[in-house]
Amino acid sequence: MTRAFNWLFPHPFLTVLLAIVWILLQGQFTAGMAVFGVILGIIIPRATANWWPDRPHGFKLGRMMAYMVLVIWDILVANVQVAWIILTRRNSKLRPAWIVIPLDLRTPEAITVLAGTITLTPGTVSADISNNGRSLLVHALDAPDPDAVRDEIKQRYESRLKEIFV
Amino acid sequence: MTITDIASYAIGVFLLIGAFFSLVGSIGMLKLPDSMTRLHAPTKVGTMGIGALLLASMTYAYTFGDGSLREILIMAFLFVTAPISANFMSKVNIHRKSCDIPPEAPQDQVWSTLVKRDEDAAQKDLKTL
Repeated sequence: MTRAFNWLFPHPFLTVLLAIVWILLQGQFTAGMAVFGVILGIIIPRATANWWPDRPHGFKLGRMMAYMVLVIWDILVANVQVAWIILTRRNSKLRPAWIVIPLDLRTPEAITVLAGTITLTPGTVSADISNNGRSLLVHALDAPDPDAVRDEIKQRYESRLKEIFV
Repeated sequence: MTITDIASYAIGVFLLIGAFFSLVGSIGMLKLPDSMTRLHAPTKVGTMGIGALLLASMTYAYTFGDGSLREILIMAFLFVTAPISANFMSKVNIHRKSCDIPPEAPQDQVWSTLVKRDEDAAQKDLKTL
């Protein structure tokens, strides 16, 4: 029974996500649209399952929601800070820096989410990853203390992501 | 004060916030000194600027017409795609060395943009021949 379930829904979360995106794209909610969305949500993950063999199996949706709220709050705060820097700071007093972040995360999905988070919070852009995926290169707009930024990213985002993708 | 009045004020505030952050992002593009720091300005427009404008659009649609949740989708797609384009631009910057040279990767790792592949080297030889 579970094998049949796993075969039909290789990625249950993606099924739900695709159905929701389809219904939102339609703009109005009708039963037919919902059914078609669910059908799409079953067919697409099934048809593409061969191309992602090592997908993470544990994924904590509740913690992901909490993480997203935290990130949105950080985006708001960092936006105001960076706007203040742009408007008031002279270029000569700007201290841009490269920051190397050693990664504890191993799954590509988790690293992608971490890199995306770093870029979305203004003031830091994730620029590159090392060839074996063990460290991340981040550029910071104004970092008087690069080590502090590295530690903050590690304990604020990475430790949470480690609990989401298990 | 009716609910439409409150909604109108809210829409105005959201529009102003969105316009302000878009303006600051454009100022940052003009003002910041090199290509890597300039990359930081558009991320602000992409998140706060567009976010506040879409919030205004959503409030307007729900108060004065038939609302839809498509704006959430626009937001989600922007949040998913914006980091990728920023990543590509910084990779190009590193590749063309048009910014400060990044520090070496720790231990015996190499930044993936700077990895030299054997087949690339072979192709270059062919070209010079």
